[in-house]
Formats: sequence, structure tokens, C-alpha cells
Amino acid sequence: MSPQELIEKIVAVADYEDCVVIVESKTQANLRWASSTLTTNGVIATQKITVIAFVAVDGGIAAGSVTRAQVDASEIVEIAQAAGVAARAAGKAEDAAVLARDLAVGDWSAPHNPTGPEVFGGIAPELGEIFKKSQADKIELFGYAEHTHDTTWVGSKGGLRLRFDQPDGRVEMTGKSHARSRSTWEGRATRDFKNLSIAEIDSEIRTRLEWQGRKLDLAAGRYDTVAPAGSVADLYAYLGWFSGAKDAFEGRSVFSQRGQAGKTRVGETFSNLPITIYSDPRYPGLECSEYVVATSSGPMTSVFDNGQSAPKNETFKDGKLNSLVQTRATSALTGLPYTPFGRNIIVEAAGATGDLQSMIAQVKNGLLLTTLWYIRTVDPTTMLLTGLTRDGVYQIRDGEVIGAVNNFRWNESPVELLGRIRAIGATSITQPREWAGDVERAAAPALIFEDFNMSTVSPGS
Amino acid sequence: MTNNQQVDADFLALPLDAVTESAISTATALGATHVDVRIERVRTGILSIRNLAPETQSDDSISGVGVRVIVNGCWGFASSPEISVDVAAKLAKTAVAMAKTSHPLSTEEISLAPEPIYPRKQWVSAYEIDPFSVSGDERIARLTGLNEKLLKADGVDFAEAFTMFVKEQKHYADSYGTSTTQQRVRMQTAIEAVNVSDEGFVSMRTLAQPAGFGWEWMNNSHWNWDAEIDELPTLLAEKVAAPSVEAGRYDLLIHPSNLWLTIHESIGHATELDRALGYEANYAGTSFATVDKLNNLKYGSNLMNVTGDRVTPHGLSTVGWDDEGVEAQRWDIIKDGTLVGYQLDRRIAARGGRDRSNGCAFADSPSHVPIQRMPNVSLQPNPSGPDLAGLIESVEDGIMIKGDNSWSIDMQRYNFQFTGQQFHRIKNGKIVGQVKDVAYQATTTDFWGSMNRVGNESTWVLGGAFNCGKAQPGQIAAVSHGCPAAVFDKVNVLNTRAEAGK
Repeated sequence: MSPQELIEKIVAVADYEDCVVIVESKTQANLRWASSTLTTNGVIATQKITVIAFVAVDGGIAAGSVTRAQVDASEIVEIAQAAGVAARAAGKAEDAAVLARDLAVGDWSAPHNPTGPEVFGGIAPELGEIFKKSQADKIELFGYAEHTHDTTWVGSKGGLRLRFDQPDGRVEMTGKSHARSRSTWEGRATRDFKNLSIAEIDSEIRTRLEWQGRKLDLAAGRYDTVAPAGSVADLYAYLGWFSGAKDAFEGRSVFSQRGQAGKTRVGETFSNLPITIYSDPRYPGLECSEYVVATSSGPMTSVFDNGQSAPKNETFKDGKLNSLVQTRATSALTGLPYTPFGRNIIVEAAGATGDLQSMIAQVKNGLLLTTLWYIRTVDPTTMLLTGLTRDGVYQIRDGEVIGAVNNFRWNESPVELLGRIRAIGATSITQPREWAGDVERAAAPALIFEDFNMSTVSPGS
Repeated sequence: MTNNQQVDADFLALPLDAVTESAISTATALGATHVDVRIERVRTGILSIRNLAPETQSDDSISGVGVRVIVNGCWGFASSPEISVDVAAKLAKTAVAMAKTSHPLSTEEISLAPEPIYPRKQWVSAYEIDPFSVSGDERIARLTGLNEKLLKADGVDFAEAFTMFVKEQKHYADSYGTSTTQQRVRMQTAIEAVNVSDEGFVSMRTLAQPAGFGWEWMNNSHWNWDAEIDELPTLLAEKVAAPSVEAGRYDLLIHPSNLWLTIHESIGHATELDRALGYEANYAGTSFATVDKLNNLKYGSNLMNVTGDRVTPHGLSTVGWDDEGVEAQRWDIIKDGTLVGYQLDRRIAARGGRDRSNGCAFADSPSHVPIQRMPNVSLQPNPSGPDLAGLIESVEDGIMIKGDNSWSIDMQRYNFQFTGQQFHRIKNGKIVGQVKDVAYQATTTDFWGSMNRVGNESTWVLGGAFNCGKAQPGQIAAVSHGCPAAVFDKVNVLNTRAEAGK
């Protein structure tokens, strides 16, 4: 049974107020390599069918959902009933809001367009060549290539017929040399594996491995630090995850006004630079769905919001906190506009120009990072994060890289860091490292953080 | 292990033999020298209660078939959510084609360590009540009841309860003749109380650990939830009023509810042989415990004895057979402070020149390949060590840390930083009150080298996690870590407020 047919049949038998069915079909091809030889690969197809029941109960509407990978004809009534049972057990929903109705978006009837290993046809010969070349030059290459096609259908008893297609992909490459004492990383986001140069990645890796020819020991401390775009995206992904309006309203967030119950920090200036951090489903190259799709409710999502529009939303605008992540229910609670979670992240500063090299040129005495790793929240009251530097930290003197230094454990809050950005470059599409796979669509600039807190030296490399 | 449960009839009713036979015969005919097939169904329930109302509720089943082959020394893998004879044959063809496509990019010829054949085996984990057999009303009522108790107490402004329960069913068959059908159940519940004041917010979470139990986990017979919830408001109030810790070096008495995570990160991941060889270098990382250091690396003090196993009752990594048909085992990883063993799957065992895998292959879904994943990695108690009261008495100037919270470690597993839920200041062998804003930071071998007192069996708790991540595409795994309480001398303690300030 096709996803569309399945949705029609389920909503037809749902005997409660409304029923939203979400079918997510995904295909993926992946290649993984280590020490310059392929290690694993896969061609994957998965499917998730979520049935959400909206049932009238005492005093309001209850919602409940059930998700399965497969539903055959004999199970249609059963899954519709199971969602209804879950809703009644949950009782009146706190996040209830009027459901969207009668909206059609996208090519509803077209089947899922699968991806497969042929997507790697362009890069496979190039990969083979650089594997051979690396072995000859005593460089080891480790990495991963993944391409995904996601199709989502959202249908409801109330007439929602939405369909979205999302391609995503990336290549990551770690290069190691000199008995693994030198190590660097490159990542590229790509939606189609076209215009992707493995040779260019290889050349970047070779340059960085050469930079590590001179090793310097450096003590922990605070340093002016150049962060490349990918690590800026890794750090600021946390803003989205920790900016729920309800938590802020309840005094349980870095964005709560201390001592003022029910007040958030929306409107407060965090940076004197015109930094804007936002999501925009129409950002060129990072396009994504303009509508909310939610298979379950949570602090920042609501199943009642399925089919609501999710346009461009600025969390920070010109250095000022402009919005928090809302459901319609939390919007009513907080009295702030409805600004749902965005599906991409863009960090930019109005009028900023310059690339990574131009950031390096502006540092008299400081550090250049490659990637950040194992980033975790230490203290949500300040959004203090900890993590490591990984695959290359370089010392900068008078605007030039003079050699590689040891890795560090750092402790910093991306919120407080907004006030310590010394310079910011032009924004471009980037590939985060730690949150690759979770943060699929990101654009960010390279920038300079003042006095970045390198807490201790890490002997790891 | 006593166990009255059987594999569910509706899973056994799937065409398990016909589907695996279809994939194995198709791939073999196309030149595969090894074929393994997994038919899996994994059902995950999530329920969270914010104060007195459900906030998140989900009931998510994934199912499907994964076919893995070796052709001309190369892996190929394909999977589908559809469990049928025809699809299995198609997957076999796709996997063989993938292996052939991979051949020009591969220089390593895949071989597998041998393993006896286990035909038609069944195994079910030790649980009493299938959590999915409990009504939604009953689950919600139990958690809401615990939250309600918290909210009635002074100083608790918010309460959040979270539970996640999983039933994993797996049928494995390979081209040698092994065929296993297994069912595992696990539960994780955590409840958090939050205080909000003019100074900000402070929270404290229960110490209960996830484990291989069914819904009986919630009925006070294995973990006394009601007793823990009764104590939590007082402990939270103490934490709210507690002074911020003065940064410096302290003797740390680390409770198993915190130490399990330090074991996981600094021993568990560091002794995965695939990591030590470099297979995870682009993602999870490598290890300082490289193969040249086997049998000579002094990992920690002489009191340090660490085992790997897939047999501990209620262990989250406990199975009958792994995802390559290898029987569950138990072995030494660290003996008297010295590194003596690694975690292996069949490919890594062969690559590392070993006779047999110790059974650490696991795939988190039918759509992912089995890779080497963590067994239960546990620190052994000291039979002649003190109990918890004795350990507290032995500390002159230190902090007892209970409950896990923040964690981070570098890609070679040297430098780590952990926080916790409760930090009880100890002076002259007595607990004198809580402090807050504590993080401890150390290098793995220094830390374990400073372990000078290890508690006896009475201090031992089985801790663990549902969400251990590894590999690309990313896979998660549930794993247990049993450990006693132990004392570590002069560990570097940071003040997290000072770390954030500038």
C-alpha cells in the first residue's frame, strides 16, 4: 500500500475529532572508510507511520500517538484505535490549539524518490585515487559519505495534505600522518554530491598536516580564538535546543529574567555587533519545509501545530534576543509571538565580509581551531558548555599560523560568548562536526572569540 | 537466571526462517562467502509528565530486515522495513552489488574469527512485566503520583518525570547454520525536582539507574521510588542553600550512581579494539590504550579490576548471543590495574589476530550493520574493602558525589570532566552538608591511579545508559556498568560558575 493510500484509509476509519497521519519514507546510501580503505557501507530504506488521535474529553481535547514501521491493510483499524486509546489515557492536553485544516502543499501523489549507491558514482573513482595516493605518502584517511532522501506526508481527517521532500548529505574526512601524531578534519555539506571536489578536500588536509610540522606546547588559559564556520554552527546549535519559551517563562532557562517570575530576556542586547541568528526555510542551499511537522509533543513542539506555517524566524536580531521557540500554547502562555523551531540555522552579521584567512590575519597572539568535540551542557543556568578541541589547534602570531599546539578542554557559554565576538566574517554554508547528522543545514561565518576559556590541556590527539 | 517469559508469539509468527533462508540462498548463489540476516522489531515507549500532566507520549515500533554479506573479501549491506521472502532476496542482491561496488575502494580483506554453530536457540532477558502490557492510564498514574508528592513539598516549584521502556526482538541467522531468536526488555525512569528563586534555578534528579527490568522496576520492589521521592525535596533544599564549591584538589568519594559514567567513558570506550585500531578515527575517536600497551599499560591502582561481560542479570548489554551469533561471555579487561583485554567482534578479533570474538557485535536496528559495541563493563568490588559508612569515615577533606549529570571526554579518552546531582562535603570522616557547582576534571590513568579505597559488595550498584553513541551512520546502544563506591585522592575540582564567568 502506498503511503498516500494508507493515510486516506486511516483517516477514514478514525472515529474521533481529528486524526493526523504522518508518514516519513527515507532512503540512504552510505560509505565509511578507515586507514584509506572502505570499512562499511549500506543501502537503507526506513519508514515511520505515526497516527495522532485528537479526542474530545472532559474539558478539552486529548492527543495520543502510535508509530510503526509497517501497517498492512488488516492493521488499519487497530492502529487508529490504538492512537485513540493513547489519547484518552493522556487526558486533556495542555498544549491544545485549533488544528490546521484544508491545506494542500507539494506533490501529494508522487512516490518517494529513492537515493542509492549510484549517487557516489562521481566521487568513488576520486576516493579510490586519493586512497592510493595517501598510502604512498604515508597519510591515513578516515571518513564517511552519506546521502539521504526524506519524504514526509502529513494527512488529516480535517483535510491536511502536505508533502515535503528533503535531500541531505555530507562528506567527512580525517587525515592522519607521522604515525598518527598529526591529525586534521574536513567536512562538506552537499545535497546531491555534484560539484563536490574530493581533490580539494585532500589538498586542504595535506596543507593542515604540513602546518603541524612544528609542534608547540601551550598552557591552558584564555586566548583570542579563531573559530571556523563549522564550529560556530556546532556551538550555536545549542541556542535552538535551549531557547524554549516555556522554560524561560517558568524561570528555568538562561533566557529567564532572574527574580521576575514570568519574564523572559526577550528584548535584551547580548552583543554590540549586528549578529543575527535565525532559521529560514527559503535560505538558498538550505531550503526545508515551511510547515510544522510534529509526531509527538514536547517542551518545544506540539502535535496540535501540525500544518502551521514556520517562516523565517530570528532568535537573535542585531545582537538582541528577539524570540524563543514556541508552540501556539506557549505563545499564549508567554504573550510572545508564535515562533516555532526552525529546521536550519544561520549565523550572520549584517555587512560582514572576510573569510577564515582574514580572521587569522586580525589576530596578534591567539589560536585557530579546526573542530570542537564532545560538547555537553555543564550548567543550564548560564548555558555553560564544555568540550574539546579536535584535529588541529594552531598558534597565531601577528596574523600568521606559526605551528600546531596541544588540544584543550574548554568551558564556555555560547550566550556569554555573544558579548565577546571581536570580529566576524562572511557567512557561508558549512558542515558542523559534532552535530553532523543532527544539524543538517547550517550556514555560519568564521569569527574571533575574545579570551576563549581553554580550561585544561588535553593530551588527546 | 530465572525467567518465565517467552519470545512473543506474534514475533515468532513472522516468516523468520523463510525470510532468512531466502536472503542466505540468494546471496550465496551470487558468490557471497558469508551471509547474516537479522529480522528485528524494536518497540520504544516514552512518557514524560511535566508537573501533573503528560507532556510527551510516544509508542514507536521499528521493524525490518538487514542483510549483510561478504563477497571477494568486501562487506555489502542492505535493509528494508518490509519483512518478506521477496524483499529478502532483493536485499541479498543489493548487498552483493554493494560489496562488488566497494571492491575497488578496499585494500583490507574482511575475515571473521570462527565461532561454534548454535542452531535454533531462544533467549529472553530476565523481566517480569512487559511494560507494553501495562495500560497507559496506569503508567501515567504512577509517574504523576510521584510528581504530585514532590510538588506538595516546600521548595519544589516544578517536577518532571520521564520514563522510557523498550522491547527488542531479534531473529538472527547466518550462512553457517546459527539461528537465534531473542527478546530483551529494559526500563529507564528519572524524576527531577526544580527550585526557582530570585537567584536562579536549581534542580535535582533521582539516582535510580536504567536496567533490564520490566514495569516491575516501578513497583518499589527493586528500587524504592517512594522512599527516594520522599527524600528528594530535603536534598534539593540543602543544595539550594549550599555554598558554591571552592575550586581546588579534593579527595572524592564517588558513588556508583556517578562512577558508572566515568567507567563508561574512560574505560568502556577506551578498550574497544576497533577504536584502538583506528576504525572510529573520523567520528567517535581512537584510544590511548593502543594494542602495543596490552599487558603492560598501568591503567590504575592495584585495586582496579574491570571485567567485560554480556551475562550480568538485568544488564543492559546482556544477551544470549550477539549480532554475529557469538555466545555471551565474561572476560577481564583490567586486572590488578593492568590492561589485559579488549572488546571484540568477529571481524576485529580476526584483524587483531585473536582466535575468537568475545561477543560484542550489536546493531541498534535492522537498518544498521552490526559493529563492535560495549558489553557491560564493570568495576569489581574489593572483597575486603569498607562499606559506604567506612568509606565516608576514611575521608579527611573531600566531597562525596552522587548521581550523574554532565559528561565529556576527549577523542583518545584521556581528559574528562564530569558533574553530578549531589555533592556532599566530608570533613574528618563526617558529612557536613552539600556544596554546589562542582565539576571534576582529570586524565584517565591519573584518576584511576589515585583510586586508593574501593568499597565492598554492599556498595555495588548496576548503573548504565540507554543512549551510548558510536559509528556512522550513528547507532545507539544500551549498556550497564556495575561498580562499588570508591575514593580517589586529590582530584581537580572546578567551580562551574567561575568557569562560565568572564
